[in-house]
Amino acid sequence: MDARLDLAGLTGARDPIAHGDVLLDVRNVSLSFGGVKAIADISFDVRKGEIRAIIGPNGAGKTSMLNVINGFYTAQHGSIVFRGRERRAMKAHEAVGQGIARTFQNVALFKGMSTLDNIMAGRSVMMRRGLFWQMLRHGPALAEEIEHREKVEEIIDFLEIEHIRHTPVGKLPYGLQKRVELGRSLAMEPVLLLLDEPMAGMNLEEKEDMSRFIVEVNRQRGTTIALIEHDMGVVMDLSDRIVVLDYGKKIADGPPEAVKTNKDLIDAYLGVAH
Amino acid sequence: MLYRTAGQFKTSYEADFALFPVRQDALLLGVILLFAWLIFPLTASDFAFQTLLIPVLIYSLASLGLNLLTGYAGQLSLGTAAFMGVGAYACYKITTIFPGINLLVALALAGFFPAAIGIVFGLPSLRIKGFYLAIATLAAQFFLVWLFEKWAWLYNYNTSGAIQVPNIRMFGVYVAGPQAASITQYYFVLFVVCLITWFSINITRGRIGRIWKAVRDMDIAAELVGINLMRAKLSAFAISSYVAGVSGALFVFLWRGAAEPNLFDVQLSFRILFIAIIGGLGSILGNFLGAILIVALPVVLNWIPGLFGFSIESAVLQHINTMIIGALIIFFLIVEPLGLARLWGIAREKLILWPFPH
Ligand SMILES: Nc1ncnc2c1ncn2[C@@H]1O[C@H](COP(=O)(O)OP(=O)(O)OP(=O)(O)O)[C@@H](O)[C@H]1O
Ligand SMILES: [Mg+2]
Repeated sequence: MDARLDLAGLTGARDPIAHGDVLLDVRNVSLSFGGVKAIADISFDVRKGEIRAIIGPNGAGKTSMLNVINGFYTAQHGSIVFRGRERRAMKAHEAVGQGIARTFQNVALFKGMSTLDNIMAGRSVMMRRGLFWQMLRHGPALAEEIEHREKVEEIIDFLEIEHIRHTPVGKLPYGLQKRVELGRSLAMEPVLLLLDEPMAGMNLEEKEDMSRFIVEVNRQRGTTIALIEHDMGVVMDLSDRIVVLDYGKKIADGPPEAVKTNKDLIDAYLGVAH
Repeated sequence: MLYRTAGQFKTSYEADFALFPVRQDALLLGVILLFAWLIFPLTASDFAFQTLLIPVLIYSLASLGLNLLTGYAGQLSLGTAAFMGVGAYACYKITTIFPGINLLVALALAGFFPAAIGIVFGLPSLRIKGFYLAIATLAAQFFLVWLFEKWAWLYNYNTSGAIQVPNIRMFGVYVAGPQAASITQYYFVLFVVCLITWFSINITRGRIGRIWKAVRDMDIAAELVGINLMRAKLSAFAISSYVAGVSGALFVFLWRGAAEPNLFDVQLSFRILFIAIIGGLGSILGNFLGAILIVALPVVLNWIPGLFGFSIESAVLQHINTMIIGALIIFFLIVEPLGLARLWGIAREKLILWPFPH
């Protein structure tokens, strides 16, 4: 079971930041679209090895926050410090190289490709063989393909999606698509994994599976996870710390117990059905 | 039980990577290759070589070039003919500047010119998509054909403004020009087409192919898995234009024997696009199926009246041909966007299950 993802060695070697230190520091970030202020002067941090939940009602700015973190949007004010390096603007495709992967609120898979190819695509940047060897698909290119295929098969086993390996993802039910998308982001071997509502639209059983996968990735691989989720039960169970946003502002930050007992919060935001 | 897959197990990833996980597919390919390499050339008449076999191969290759760009990388282009033209003119200049050059080498070098120009005209794809990109490639189409006309150096200042393929020998045998025999030309084209098709299959199944398809299916997600969109799109333009360019050079050197600038006009671009659509976007096999259909249709239409003992004016036949192709395009765009290749795929799945429908 624990050997399936061969996790121990992976992240320790890649990252000098010790477990429990600040991995990501969001400092006074603001972002607006025209007149809409999606994020207003928000600061929080994510520590290495934790599961950090970001919650709040619809339109609170959660997805926008993830987009700033992985460089898809550039904040107008403030800065992001990731693994000790400060940055303001960066190209979206560079996030992967830094060790940030994500999944999307609305599944963003490559619909015409199989499960296997979708997850393999997550390893595109790690593959090096150029056009010449690709044309021949022999020697180094084939060796590389097999090496990455083995890693991808580990993920496929782990997520229990062997049976849909060769199915075009466009034909899969929503719950499985979410799982494939998680697989694709795991294939990038991220240090920080951003999950945008990974359980939206799932039934109870699927949610339990997904929760289990998230916890196992966190425990075994040591991957730090920032998670947006509306299901309070799941959030309280999974996360080490929770940050609460509302209308682009941070209104609470702390461990689940503290957030849970904050009566105002529950009344104002968490009790609301989404 | 024609397509029985039971008992065929995969024991390694290498085996799973095999082009044909099902043995019957490999057999079928073997039969097709046998026909292409032996039976057709041994039995075909000059007419068959010139009106069917050679053009089918060359159109397939042109369509393959377009398909890499449009079907795999999702970038619509209406400029295929112009890139074919660049390949043809480049090959012409190379063979005039280096008269003794091996034609295969000349072809391989000629492809780099359309590839470079493809990159230049692919730059708009970094900003615009779909319909708007198609219009931008149309600009390339008109500009390049205009250039073929106006830049006299390209056609060695011939008064006719056309290029004429000289007699070219390879290993003592005429392969191009008026002296070349059809069967030699057929084998030459067949060799080039097989080689490039094999390379293309490999490319589309590996890292580069996955990157292209990712960009095609959802460019934002592709970017967020770390794919550099600029490199992905421009590489598709380069490789696609290379293949189209080689097909253009074959078109002139191994088939038509001469070319005027307007040979490469937008009508040819559309013809290639129709082949790709009817055959199936995002399929290698489709290019061949589409080309067979488009090339053979007028030939078959010409036969039919004779078979039933009456005659139809050739102008009318042409109209019928155009109408059928139009109808097919509409059918495939609406009913089966993945073309003939998909129809074959469905038939194949049925055969695998047959005779047990479950
Ligand atoms: N690309 C955009 N252009 C304009 N406005 C945007 C854009 N993205 C987000 N917004 C606005 O920013 C605000 C925050 O949106 P965001 O998607 O971050 O909310 P969210 O917390 O993820 O909500 P949900 O729970 O519904 O996913 C909203 O008012 C939204 O309309
Ligand atoms: Mg959101």
